[in-house]
Amino acid sequence: MPLDVESREAVETAEGEVVDELVVNVGPSHPSTHGVCRVIIHLDGEIVTRAEPVIGYLHRGIEKMAENRTYLQVVPLTDRLDYVGSMYSNWAYCRSVERLADIPVPERAEYLRVIVCELQRIASHMMAIGSNGADTGALTLFVYAFDQREHVVELFEELCGQRLTYNYVRPGGVSHDMPEGWADDVRAFTAAHRSALAEMDKLFFGNVITRGRLKGIGVLSADDAVAWGASGPVARGSGVNWDLRKHDPYSVYPRFDFDIPTGTDGDCYDRARVRLYECYESCRIIEQALAQMQPGPHRTEGLPRLIAPPPGDAYDHIESARGALGVYLVSDGSTRPYRMKVRSPAFCNLALLPTLAEGHMLSDLVAILGSLDPVFGEVDR
Amino acid sequence: MAIVDRIGETLDRTPGGVILTGVDSLVDWARGKSLWSMPMGTACCAMELIAASFNKFDFDRHGTFPRPDPRHTDVMIVAGTITYKMMPAVKRLYEQMPDPKWVIGMGNCTLSGGIFYYDTYSVVRGIGEFLPVDVYIAGCPPRPESLQDGILRLRELVEQESIAPGKRRDRALTLPAPDHGCGEAE
Repeated sequence: MPLDVESREAVETAEGEVVDELVVNVGPSHPSTHGVCRVIIHLDGEIVTRAEPVIGYLHRGIEKMAENRTYLQVVPLTDRLDYVGSMYSNWAYCRSVERLADIPVPERAEYLRVIVCELQRIASHMMAIGSNGADTGALTLFVYAFDQREHVVELFEELCGQRLTYNYVRPGGVSHDMPEGWADDVRAFTAAHRSALAEMDKLFFGNVITRGRLKGIGVLSADDAVAWGASGPVARGSGVNWDLRKHDPYSVYPRFDFDIPTGTDGDCYDRARVRLYECYESCRIIEQALAQMQPGPHRTEGLPRLIAPPPGDAYDHIESARGALGVYLVSDGSTRPYRMKVRSPAFCNLALLPTLAEGHMLSDLVAILGSLDPVFGEVDR
Repeated sequence: MAIVDRIGETLDRTPGGVILTGVDSLVDWARGKSLWSMPMGTACCAMELIAASFNKFDFDRHGTFPRPDPRHTDVMIVAGTITYKMMPAVKRLYEQMPDPKWVIGMGNCTLSGGIFYYDTYSVVRGIGEFLPVDVYIAGCPPRPESLQDGILRLRELVEQESIAPGKRRDRALTLPAPDHGCGEAE
């Protein structure tokens, strides 16, 4: 379909009013599109009448590449899907492989996976909240949030030697056990993180300008959220109590005591604040996991390097920082996947942008896009 | 090395003294110390680019300040995978930057396509295909320290260049026209 990028004079609106329409093109290189999204915005004065996201600027063909890699070689590719939360893509893919090839996972590995994924949730949400602040003119919050994210990245570096693309979760376990003293570092971090969250809550969410910029902007009703397939904090901000960790429990999540924060209004403010409160819950889960963990192997022994699952297919999903992240794998019995398909929550959430932005100001569109928290590695794949 | 590099110690020796230097030396020195960057962050490396500008690494102290508008900037830091769909946009932004301008290629994707070199149909195998790159930084993604090293190396390059007549570097873009098709890039 050709893109509609021409400005027009005398366009009749739905209300029967005749206006001049201006088309503004944002992106693909724009600091507030959080990557390489391009949005074609039709404006009536300063009011958005239509916003059309154009995606594909980061389409790297990862799903197709996976067909030419062995099952283990695909894991580093999944790192590059959702680069703000690499651990999730690793884990979702590995769960699918484990289901397909029937690979057991030691209990210690499951605990390690939960700990790194909850740490990753904190890192990812810090990025999301920080850019929410930066989009609405509060760059200070970005500095506060990025400081917290940097601590998590340092913990990951200590654990697996990389700051961003971890390749940590592998089929049948994780690549390394935690180093000595790491658990204490994590405990120290969660304790400090709680007070940082309280500070951010007061600094940003209590701020009158933030409330003015985010309250009542981009309202998503609970029914719409379900109908559009939204998940994660976007759906929970609208009051949809849906979290795979509770409602389709996987791994060792049923053993932890935690709550699912939900919003009430479904606006940008609630979506952002749900993320902040999820960080508190993540801290709780991490502390419980560290306390429950028992010594043991971190990876199933004797696993072949070339995994050749029996012919068939498998789908498994986890709750990533953006929502339900699923990986569908088809095997033809060879050592390479016949087909890999990623169900990307960022893509489904981004589809809401035209609906949410309509009728708002141009400057609010930026806040709405930020509150959907898309990561284009995962949207375009 | 221009005399302005020793400005601190000279002033220490003769407080309130006078330094004599050529205008070209002064301008060359100033250029290298204030490289405003255009963050062309497309993928994973953009996260490290952001990390480099914030709390811990604080690139502002090198005079490298990110500006999203190409018209304000001296150096484009291409951080991340460039696909064939993105390539015209990157090229256009480069053309919008005022002379003199430099390019830093951050990460393996800008070097050669990196992990996306084989088996994919949509990734440009290295931004050298369509941009004149001054400094490449390897890594997937490189650490902020590596980026820092890259910027310091670019600074050396910039200070070697001179605005004096006859010493200017030829900046004409003599690269072949990029192949927009999706075939093999070799």
